[in-house]
Amino acid sequence: MAAPSAPPSVVGPLPAFDLETPRRRRRPSGWHLFLLPLALVMLTPLVWMVITAVSTTQESRQFPPKLPTSIQWSNFSNVWTGSPFGHWLLNTAIVSVIVVISNLVLCSTAGYAFARLRFRGSGLAFILLLATLMVPFQVVLIPTLLIVKSFGLIDRLGALIVPNLVTAFGVFLMRQFFLALPPDLEEAGRIDGASRLGVFRKILLPLMGPPLATLAILTFLSIWNDFLWPLVAIQSPQNMTMQLGLSTFQGAHLTDWPLLMAATLMSQLPVIVLFLAGQRMFVRSIASSGIK
Amino acid sequence: MATIVLDGLRKEYPGKPPVVALEHLDLTIDDGELVAFVGPSGCGKSTVLRCVAGLEKLTAGRVIIGDREVQELPPGKRDIAMVFQSYALYPHLTVYKNLAFPLKERHVPRARLDAEVRRVAEMLELTPLLRRRPGQLSGGQRQRVAMGRALVREPLAFLLDEPLSNLDAKLRTQMRTEIAAVHRRLGITSIYVTHDQVEAMTLGQRIVVMRDGRLQQVGRPADVYANPANLFVAGFLGTPSMNLLNGRVDRGVLTTGTLRLLVPGAPDADVVVGIRPESLTPVGSDDIGPCLEVVVSHVEALGNENLVHGSVEGTGPDKPMVLRALPTVNPGEGERLRARVEPAQVLVFDAATEERVTTSGPVLAADNRRAAG
Repeated sequence: MAAPSAPPSVVGPLPAFDLETPRRRRRPSGWHLFLLPLALVMLTPLVWMVITAVSTTQESRQFPPKLPTSIQWSNFSNVWTGSPFGHWLLNTAIVSVIVVISNLVLCSTAGYAFARLRFRGSGLAFILLLATLMVPFQVVLIPTLLIVKSFGLIDRLGALIVPNLVTAFGVFLMRQFFLALPPDLEEAGRIDGASRLGVFRKILLPLMGPPLATLAILTFLSIWNDFLWPLVAIQSPQNMTMQLGLSTFQGAHLTDWPLLMAATLMSQLPVIVLFLAGQRMFVRSIASSGIK
Repeated sequence: MATIVLDGLRKEYPGKPPVVALEHLDLTIDDGELVAFVGPSGCGKSTVLRCVAGLEKLTAGRVIIGDREVQELPPGKRDIAMVFQSYALYPHLTVYKNLAFPLKERHVPRARLDAEVRRVAEMLELTPLLRRRPGQLSGGQRQRVAMGRALVREPLAFLLDEPLSNLDAKLRTQMRTEIAAVHRRLGITSIYVTHDQVEAMTLGQRIVVMRDGRLQQVGRPADVYANPANLFVAGFLGTPSMNLLNGRVDRGVLTTGTLRLLVPGAPDADVVVGIRPESLTPVGSDDIGPCLEVVVSHVEALGNENLVHGSVEGTGPDKPMVLRALPTVNPGEGERLRARVEPAQVLVFDAATEERVTTSGPVLAADNRRAAG
């Protein structure tokens, strides 16, 4: 006969809470044979860029590329002294930070409004907003330029900031987050005496970490790497952003590849550092947004 | 504490045509009373609660809590507290901060806030859990935190929206007892919404049965159970449900299957006869009382009793029959079982209006043997 089991406790045993699930170590498998060459293909341009960045001009013209005989650190200092690289870095940082912050604030509030507030024409407004996602940027390039020009922002950092203060994608992303959130939390907050803004600030904002991180990362990447719009909106070298500045290293007839690659490497350093710092968040953001 | 008056509540949702969720609801809930709203999904019981809480705007009607009309006030100004089905605990805050949140929003001084939180935590045995987050609590503990957050500021009224539906059966029974104890201790006027009739019957001092946005019956649980106003209430309350058989009243005599009863004063009409499973007793073939002959389909053995399922010939198609019997009564499939009916416990409903048929005197047994013959 089976021994009588212990009487069940009233609330039951507390579940174990593994906040950090230990990563499983995978054994090498057939997949790795397929993935390894792919990884090599992906890494080749990066490695080539690094090798070229520390080579002489002559060494950079060899094919296939070879390791340099001596590392040319001077390429980096030449980039810094021979071009307004510091300005470009600062400009890109200013534009990126302002655009990221404004997107976090405006997209989350607009997304909340579309998800929760009932107002006349909200459905139509949201459809129109979504429709802008379907239009390629090249189509609206000229109208945007005319608008920015009418604001007197051409060749100023404002031209890079104002059109990007809020994005349809960001609003959509945040709206979907709020829709997935149970309304009970907000209703409980309102019954507990919080205003709508209070509910947003004290209850929803702390829960918005993952979508806000996604939005911040995607916005930062798109602004940091943007080339086309700065090319149209900015003319003077002092006001250029990093990607636009890089293009000045490329001549019509002759390109100093080691200098260009050194500048490219320098321009990507902040992104690489950011990626290494928040690698998991980066991958999750890009995977969850379905965007590459 | 306060009286709650619901005066002509009407709630429509826009649409073509508009969806009427509540239709002219009048009810007064006395000071300190616990009223349970019960009904099937979509009957409007949660809408009532949300209208009282201010989470839904009324189309028409008034809500009076204490001496204030509150239908135009936002939820936070109504001095009510609510426990949600999902508990709606703030996941990023500890239990302490969850309990403190309503007080903080009302700018209660820190020392009083701390004292109040600890008092409620003590009362609900949450003290050891104060530093945990909701994700680290079991279902029952979360439920208690939700109760605590509602009780911490001593509201005028306490609204509970299916608070136990996410718990397992054992825990639900225990929490039901706790809610009843808390209500007895604090005496806060409470509205309790549930689709579980057992919860409604055991917790509510009065129960309100709703259907399609309309109030069907209000009364003490035992009264509503014993004297349902219509077929819906009769069928909704009770597990297993009341047996409903087609019948006919002719010149004061009710006939259904082999059963004949005297229903003094009842008009001639097609009727539905309601008999609770516990009002039927299996008897031998020599019993001369008013009986129904049940053709057994299957038996559910519950340990302390058997539920005998079957049907009665001549009472209408698809009219299943169930009766409670001792565990020793275990008839086989297809067997005929005589079940004696307690005439006084037979309810008669008009088949057309589904309303209860009033009789001028108690239902009595007619000559059963003659009817059978």
